[in-house]
Amino acid sequence: MSDLPIWRRLQPVAALVLVVALIGIPLWLVVATAGKSQGEAIDPNLSPPTEWHLWDNLRQVWIDADVPAALFGSLLIVVPTVAGVLVLGSMAAWVLARRGSRLTAVLYALGISGIILPPAVVTVVLLLRQLGLAGTAIGMIGVYLGIYLSTVIFFVTGFVRTIPSSLEEAAQIDGAGPVAVFRKVVLPLLRPVLATATILICLYVWNDVFYAFFVVGGRLDTLPLNLFRVASAGLYLNNWHLIFAYVILMSLPLVAVFAVAQRKIISGITGGAVK
Amino acid sequence: MTTAIGTLTKARALPKAAPGTITRRTHPLWFLLPAYALLLVFFVLPTVYQFIYAFTDWSGFKASINPVGTENFAQLASDGTLFRSLRITLVYAVLVAIFQNVFGFGLAVLLERDTVLNRIARTFFLIPVLMSALAVGYIFQALFKGTGLLADTTWTIVVVSLIHAWKWMGLAMLIYLAGLKTVPLDVLEAARIDGASRWRTFWKVRAPLLAPAVTFNVATALLGSMNGFDIVQATTGGGPARTTELLNIFIYRTFGQGLFAQATTMSLVLFLMVVVLAFPVIRLLRKREEVMS
Repeated sequence: MSDLPIWRRLQPVAALVLVVALIGIPLWLVVATAGKSQGEAIDPNLSPPTEWHLWDNLRQVWIDADVPAALFGSLLIVVPTVAGVLVLGSMAAWVLARRGSRLTAVLYALGISGIILPPAVVTVVLLLRQLGLAGTAIGMIGVYLGIYLSTVIFFVTGFVRTIPSSLEEAAQIDGAGPVAVFRKVVLPLLRPVLATATILICLYVWNDVFYAFFVVGGRLDTLPLNLFRVASAGLYLNNWHLIFAYVILMSLPLVAVFAVAQRKIISGITGGAVK
Repeated sequence: MTTAIGTLTKARALPKAAPGTITRRTHPLWFLLPAYALLLVFFVLPTVYQFIYAFTDWSGFKASINPVGTENFAQLASDGTLFRSLRITLVYAVLVAIFQNVFGFGLAVLLERDTVLNRIARTFFLIPVLMSALAVGYIFQALFKGTGLLADTTWTIVVVSLIHAWKWMGLAMLIYLAGLKTVPLDVLEAARIDGASRWRTFWKVRAPLLAPAVTFNVATALLGSMNGFDIVQATTGGGPARTTELLNIFIYRTFGQGLFAQATTMSLVLFLMVVVLAFPVIRLLRKREEVMS
């Protein structure tokens, strides 16, 4: 169908119209509203601001909404979570993929069940209290590890199966122990799948508000929790210009990361998902 | 993820690497220990707790926790909350799965050729995927303000599921694009030589090969939307008149009121619903995949 002459002519027009209508309009609303004064932004619409206050609004949100503290909270949780799931998840996945016993098959099924089953958000709070981790960054990191280890175990196990084990055997013959083999041979080979997993987990954890609300809500601030608070107060006060200034601040880091690593991410995601 | 879901249902055998002494020394089981200890503590244990605390009077108002039998279930069922939230969550999940796949598939077909314009367009459709769902919710709340689209007790659930599908359609598009590209060229050529029309070639040759992509997209859309919270909370907060109150919104609200046992009960209900629905759906899709390919 795609090489019909009329289609070849119409396709670029259709693509352009769709991008403008579906993506351009909502994004423009964000930028335009974030650039307006409070009076102009009360009823958000698509008209451009009579005078641009984007920079002022960004600065006001940065200071009034305590963005630096929330940014610190987000980083404090995202960085160890991502490092933890990647290292511990690939350690487990490597052994699961290489050992072919009944036990490992059962453990594998258990390990990836978290992809489908929803986490128990309420009782995890009780458990954290019993462990003395309620409201702490460590507790939050533990909960995210519990949720996202499944994703990493699944992706990496599938990937290890495609790597010939002869590469490891060469190192083993040279006398390398499992830790050295894993660190020097396996981990470097896993780079493509780990890149994909990093993006996915970053995306989930950076943007999460639901689990964060239960575990650290009110005790530790993260960017989405903070946005939620600003917006909950702001919708009442009609501070749309500040809400959207916040949205810009919060989305930019991820969009920037994505823009830099674009091609790799796309091939990683699609390569892993559809075989 | 298709393969993972398949493994869960079919228990595909792991490749038989040489078992015994060599594996034991080169791939020691203690490598599993940290990951599985964390999974046990932070995933399995809270899940087991649900089956206990759903049957207690655990709340923010009392110091002790006592068993109360099925009282929580009875109360949630009698005031209609249980079945309403279940129905709303299901309707939402099905609508999201349909919209997200129709949009994603349409975009993939539209942007299939590797032109410069198409590449740029694809990147634009990925921006919503990167944005927080909360932010997406606020954008559409602002966009629809004053239109009444988010105030209708019948149709608002459709509007919010459209917004959810809008956020994720870029990812669905990527998966479908990957699927479209896996079709071998010689198969297409053979079909053409046999005199098949473009339309027929598309639906009889290419579409069936997209079956794994469909499985992945439908499964992730269903599971993702059954766990939905941010978008609906940010657009309607569960309203109007609680017609968009998903299970997770109910859990969030009830927990905030200090009614922990009730929130646990609903969380358990969500868990059971996913178990009951996800596995048959995935099995069905896998079976269809086998028939078609």
